Amino acid sequence: MSDLVQVDKLRVVARAEEGAEITIVKDVSFSIPRGEVLALIGESGSGKTTIALALMGYARRGCHIEGGLIRVGDTDVTALKRKELRSLRGRRVSYVAQSAASGFDPAMKIMDQILETTRIHKTLPRQEAEAKAVDLFRALALPEPESIGSRYPHQVSGGQLQRLMAAMALITDPELVIFDEPTTALDVTTQIDVLRAFKHVVAERGITAVYVSHDLAVVAQMADQVVVLNQGEVRESGRTGQIIKAPTDDYTRQLLAAARPALRSATVELEADVPVLAVEGVSAGYGKIGRDGRPAIPILEDISLAIPRGTTLGVIGESGSGKSTLARAIAGLIPPTAGTLKLAGETLPNDMSQRTRDQFRRVQIVFQNADTALNPSHSVERILARPLAFYHGLQEQGRKQRVRELLDLVRLPATIAEQPCSRLSGGQKQRINLARALAAEPDLILCDEVTSALDTVVATAILDLLTELRRELKVSYMFISHDISTVRAVCDDVLVLYAGRKVEQGGREHFAAPPFHPYTDLLINSVPELEQGWLESAAQSRKLAPVNARGEGLCPFLERCPVRIEGKCSTEPPPWRQLALGNAVLCHHTEADLHGTASLNTARANASY
Amino acid sequence: MNKLYTRLGIAGSVGLSLAGLWLLISLFGPVLAPHGPGEIVDYEVFLPMSAEHPLGTDYLGRSVISRIMDGARFTVGIAFAAALLAALMGTGLGLFSAVSGKAVDESISRLMDALLSIPNKIFALVMIAAFGSSVPLLLLITGITYTPGVYRIARALAVNINQMDYIQVARARGEGRAYLALSEVLPNMIHPMLTDFGLRFVYVVLLLSSLSFLGLGVQPPNADLGSLVRENMSGLWEGAPAIMAPAAAIASLTIGVNLFIDSLRGRD
Repeated sequence: MSDLVQVDKLRVVARAEEGAEITIVKDVSFSIPRGEVLALIGESGSGKTTIALALMGYARRGCHIEGGLIRVGDTDVTALKRKELRSLRGRRVSYVAQSAASGFDPAMKIMDQILETTRIHKTLPRQEAEAKAVDLFRALALPEPESIGSRYPHQVSGGQLQRLMAAMALITDPELVIFDEPTTALDVTTQIDVLRAFKHVVAERGITAVYVSHDLAVVAQMADQVVVLNQGEVRESGRTGQIIKAPTDDYTRQLLAAARPALRSATVELEADVPVLAVEGVSAGYGKIGRDGRPAIPILEDISLAIPRGTTLGVIGESGSGKSTLARAIAGLIPPTAGTLKLAGETLPNDMSQRTRDQFRRVQIVFQNADTALNPSHSVERILARPLAFYHGLQEQGRKQRVRELLDLVRLPATIAEQPCSRLSGGQKQRINLARALAAEPDLILCDEVTSALDTVVATAILDLLTELRRELKVSYMFISHDISTVRAVCDDVLVLYAGRKVEQGGREHFAAPPFHPYTDLLINSVPELEQGWLESAAQSRKLAPVNARGEGLCPFLERCPVRIEGKCSTEPPPWRQLALGNAVLCHHTEADLHGTASLNTARANASY
Repeated sequence: MNKLYTRLGIAGSVGLSLAGLWLLISLFGPVLAPHGPGEIVDYEVFLPMSAEHPLGTDYLGRSVISRIMDGARFTVGIAFAAALLAALMGTGLGLFSAVSGKAVDESISRLMDALLSIPNKIFALVMIAAFGSSVPLLLLITGITYTPGVYRIARALAVNINQMDYIQVARARGEGRAYLALSEVLPNMIHPMLTDFGLRFVYVVLLLSSLSFLGLGVQPPNADLGSLVRENMSGLWEGAPAIMAPAAAIASLTIGVNLFIDSLRGRD
């Protein structure tokens, strides 16, 4: 008996409101040999998490396991009683959740939480368990393994918390570990370290695991076997290499295609006139504005950019880099504390109460999360009609007509207009979100991570729509994202933000090959590629010594820069350097140096572009 | 109707029935009552229950059931109007301070805190002592007393909703404060505010009844449920239904509304 886990014809049903039952997992079968990692891949609603939870004998509220066999070791999980299930969970099968930030109790020290499972299941005395936890911390490449356990969750970073959660799952030496989208909420540069740590422990301890993910590239690094799911059914299953190289199912091919965003060019005749938006030396932040004119929490510093009519500017950076703040400052939601905004040459007042209605109309903002960006108590019609009445003074009949046209523009049926927006799917909501911005007939749309919350296939459709609209309506976009492949796919120019400062700017073609700013280089090379073995070949991030920074206006990336020049970078502000190809970087290194440093960070040319 | 009852659960259905019964009594009580409220129907006072006088007679020999059916409209009516007044003022001010700047928000909030710090019964006593008791004054006093509580809840809800992306979108559209407050924020807080309204109503019933019990509420010849308890005090030693019945009426009204509101809460 070499298979540790066997799942045969598993069915999970959910009870809908009127007593009807919906089958959310339909006859799913697979088996996992001891020491292998199986990936469950699919979009949201594919049933991947439901299957993973069923392995612990758990079904979410309103759902139950209706039929099929789940065997872990010698135990038939579906036949277990409540008490027996309790001794299974956490001890023999453990779970690593997606959001470690909400998975930890903020009021408890990390070590106490990690040892909770050993205490509940009485597997190890406290002393030994602590020693074991420290071993795990070391194996997961956590900093200061001896003392990190005595900190509170808010004192460690998101990526570290995710690894600590894995330590919590592994402390009882479970037979099976379930990783449920453990890196989805992380920045790419963090994700790579977490993946590496996971891979290391899994290999070192011969752990059998189920890895739930929507990201094929991540799965390619982690899994031996892949099961592709769609709407609760298995579409295809096989070895990882076969799935990514020679998929046999159409749906798998669709997923693979969506994982490699195609370049979209929407070449619009560029009129050589004033840019739609020019941002000159803008700074912004939160909190009280001090005597020197700077806010208490400065976020953006000295940002300049220009968006010519009909083009798309991509803004990329990690969480906390200030990219959303930039969009909010342009929209007027956060008044800039310095600098000027110019809309087609005319100065846009920084204070939003000074702006005219027409100025508001010409800049529209579309938020990441359509769930919270649409008022749940309004119908689709009301949401779309408001800007029509507000900006264009359309009467009822004209509004109705225009709402239909807008729905058609975003490829939605007219029948949707009467519905409350809470009934729509994620992709539909995002289209309404976009249609609302289009209703204003703006010159510029600020897209703040508009595809991040969507499944890859839906996101691809939204990106296509954006490109089409741009061609049809000649609108300009500022496209904010943390995902460099998306940005490269839809944008003409790219701007890289780090800690509120612009570190690189240039045409998208310059982001295909070095020279880059060292940060851009790190960002590009942290994106997993759709091939096995990428994780091993990607360069390790080196541990850097702390720097002794002296002076004002130093390079923001100094602390993390693997190629910093000691004595120079830590004392002098870097120059804004124009490179021969047309992009510009904020760095002390010369162009020739940057060619060289890129190979320090990674030995690989970026083949996917 | 059956579906509604299953949704509410047993407690909720009992609550709804009691509340509905009291609503009917307060609307049609004077018409349906067997006797006029001031009519002396028997020379015996504090009679026990009988077929002729279902809840006995009071301290002057009047029909207790008729007096309760007549008095309910004061209790329910004033309490409803006062709770509505408090809900409108509290929600309105809460919304206004949530969409206004810090200075306005702070001043309103501190004013409300000041009001909240005055014990409500003492406030009512002082006002009645100064102006004399009348229905409009009672309404105003109870309304003002419960405004700060409503305000606190409304403001907290509105401030939360104000952080949502759809409000940011509306602000970035250039919308004014009135539109933000009334069209974007208000529809999303209406459900919890309705629940709160039901609870305030119960508090107002209790406050009014205690004022009437002290003789400071609705004045003779009219009587609300609290005054009925007071005027029949001497019947307590005889265990007369004349005092038990209005007390039970107050209890069933408040408990009924409370049960109903609580069962609504679970679904929100």
